[in-house]
Amino acid sequence: MNSAILKPRKRIDRSTMITIGIIIAIYMLAFGLEQVIPASSMIFTVLKKGATYALVAVSMNLLNGFTGLFSLGQAGFMLIGAYTYAIFTVPVANRLSVYRYYDGGVIQFTLPLLLAIVLAGVVAAFFAFLIGLPVLRLKSDYLAIATLGFAEIIRAIFQWDKLGVVTNGSNLLREFPNFNSFNVKDANGNVTLYLSTLIPFLIAGVCILLIVMIINSSYGRAFKAIRDDEVAAEAMGINLARHKMIAFCASSFFAGIGGAMLAMYQNSVQAKSFTTAMTYEILLIVVIGGIGSVTGSCLSSFLFVACSEWWLRFLDQQQTINGWQVPLLRSGFRLVVFSLIIMAVVLFFRQGIMGSRELSDLFKNRWNKPSRKGGVKP
Amino acid sequence: MSENVLHLENVTMQFGGVVAVYDVSMDVNQSEIVALIGPNGAGKTTVFNVITGVYAPTNGRVSLRGKVIAEDHPRGKMRRLYAAGHQYEYVRSVGFTPDRITKMGMARTFQNIRLFKSMTVFENVLVAKHMNMRAGFFSSVLHLNGREEARMREETLELLSVVGLYEVRDEIATSLPYGQQRRLEIARALSTKPSMLLLDEPAAGMNPQETEDLCAFIREIKEQFNLTVLLIEHDMNLVMDISDRIYVLNFGKRIAEGTPAEIQNNPDVITAYLGVAEE
Repeated sequence: MNSAILKPRKRIDRSTMITIGIIIAIYMLAFGLEQVIPASSMIFTVLKKGATYALVAVSMNLLNGFTGLFSLGQAGFMLIGAYTYAIFTVPVANRLSVYRYYDGGVIQFTLPLLLAIVLAGVVAAFFAFLIGLPVLRLKSDYLAIATLGFAEIIRAIFQWDKLGVVTNGSNLLREFPNFNSFNVKDANGNVTLYLSTLIPFLIAGVCILLIVMIINSSYGRAFKAIRDDEVAAEAMGINLARHKMIAFCASSFFAGIGGAMLAMYQNSVQAKSFTTAMTYEILLIVVIGGIGSVTGSCLSSFLFVACSEWWLRFLDQQQTINGWQVPLLRSGFRLVVFSLIIMAVVLFFRQGIMGSRELSDLFKNRWNKPSRKGGVKP
Repeated sequence: MSENVLHLENVTMQFGGVVAVYDVSMDVNQSEIVALIGPNGAGKTTVFNVITGVYAPTNGRVSLRGKVIAEDHPRGKMRRLYAAGHQYEYVRSVGFTPDRITKMGMARTFQNIRLFKSMTVFENVLVAKHMNMRAGFFSSVLHLNGREEARMREETLELLSVVGLYEVRDEIATSLPYGQQRRLEIARALSTKPSMLLLDEPAAGMNPQETEDLCAFIREIKEQFNLTVLLIEHDMNLVMDISDRIYVLNFGKRIAEGTPAEIQNNPDVITAYLGVAEE
C-alpha cells in the first residue's frame, strides 16, 4: 500500500518543507522590518490591515470557496466580533469617558485580551448559529441576499441607542488595547521591542492554520463534496443541514476574530463603518486571490490593502511633472483606477492569482508530480 | 421466502396534475437482484427518488427492513388534485432525509453521473467514509483521530483495488473514461458499507463489452459485500441476464411483475414497449 496516502503527515515532502520555510521567512521578515523601519511607515499599515483582511478573506473562502455557500454576511460578523472585543476590553477607568452618554455603561469589568479575542469569535459564531437556522435552507443567490440583509440589520441594531449602555449607541468605542499595546516599552515609555506587526501576523496565522486544518480534515472533504454536488453529498450520508451549519459557524467565528483585529487596527469601533462595501472588498480579495485557495486569499489581501492604502494614493492628489499638470488626478480618482483593475482581473484572470492551488502545489508541480492528467482521458 | 428488505406500499408521486408514480407497490427481498424497467418517462427514477428520500411521496409508505422511512398523504392543495387511490389510509407523515437513509444501509448511484468533480478518485471514495466517522468536529480538525483517519484511508484503498480503480486513484474523478466513472460511482456507494444498493441505469452509455463487464461486476460485488440490489436499466440483455425478478412500470403504473422469462412473454409488457398493432 502506498504510504504517502496512508500517512500523509508522517512523511513531510519537499514542497511542504519549502512552504513552511517561506512562511517562517515571512514572519522573520515582518519582525525584522519592524525593528529597523520607523513605526510610522506606511508598510506597517499595510501589513497590519493586510493580516486582518487575510484572515477575514480566508474565513469567507472557507464558506464561499470550499463549502459553496454564497454568503455576504461577513461585515456583520466582523462587527459583532469587533464590538465584543471592544466592549470587554475598554479599561474600567476609561469607561466613564467612553460611555459618556450612558453613565459609563453597564459592563464594569474587563476580560483578559486573549479571552476577549476568542470571545469575539464565539459570539459571532453564536449569532451565525441563530441566523443559520432559518437562512441556511436557502440556496445560492437567496442565501447571499438573506445574509446581506442580516449584516445590515446587525449594523442598525448596534447603533440603536436603547442598547447604548452596552454598545455605546452610535458613538465610538475606543481606548481599548490596540496593536501598539503589544510593543515592549521601558520605564520611560520608549519602545524597546516592536511587536505591533508580529502579533496580528501571529493571530491571523494561527487562525488561518486552523482553517487549513479544517479544510484538510474529513469535515473539509465533506464541505468540498457539498460544494461539488449537494445531491450526491447527501446520498453519501452527509447531513447537509449539520455540515452547512458547521461551515457557517466556523467561518463566522474567524470573521469575528478578524473583526476584533480590525478594532485593534483602527483603535476605535463604530457600527456604521461595517458597511456592505466592506463585505464586497473582502469578496473581491477572495475572487482576485482565487476562489478555493487559502494562499490566494492571503496574497491578494496584502496586494489589495497595499493598492488601496498606499500605492495608488498618489492618484488622489494633483501631480505636476516638469511643470505639466497631469490631467484627471484628483480626489476620488484612485477608486476609478481601482475599479478598472478589478474589472480587468475579473475579465481576464477569472481564476484569480492562484486558481484553486495552494503555495505547496507550486513547488509540487515542478519536481515530483506524476502526470496527473495524462494517459487515460477518453 | 427470505427476509424482506425494501417494501413499497401504494406509493403515489404527483407533481401538480401530473401523476408520475401511480399506486406502486413492490418488494425487494434479501440477496435478490431486482430490476425496475419501463419505457422513458415511466417514473422509474422518481420511484428511486422517493425510496432514497429525495422526494416525499404524495401518498403511500416506504419501509426499509420493517422501519418506515417515508409515509405521507395528500395535503393542502394536493387533497383536491389527488388522482390516485388509498387517499385516507396513510395518516402519519414520516420523511427521512437522504443522508439518514444512506446511514441505514441503502446507497445509490445516479442516472447522470454525479461525481465530486474537483476531487480525485481516492477522495471521492474517501468522502463516503465520513458518515461513519466516530470522531467529532474538533478532534477531526485537530487530527486527534489519526488512527481512524488511517483506517478510513486503508479501507478506501482496499475498496479501490477490489473494484479495479487502484491504479487511477490519483486522477481527478471526471477525467476518467466514462465506464470507469460509472464504476467509481458504484465504488463510492459501496464505501458507505450498504446492505442494499440502488443502481440508476448503470449501463447507460456503455458499449456491449462494457455492459458485459458491468454485469459480471455487479454479480461480483453482490456476492462479496452480501448486497441486495435494485436497479433501473434500459439494456434488456443486462436486465434479463442479471435479475431475479423484474417490475415493469408504464406511465407511472406497475403493469407487470415476475421472473425474466415471465416478463418476456407478458402481453402487457410487449404492448407497452412495442405498442399495439392497428387493426
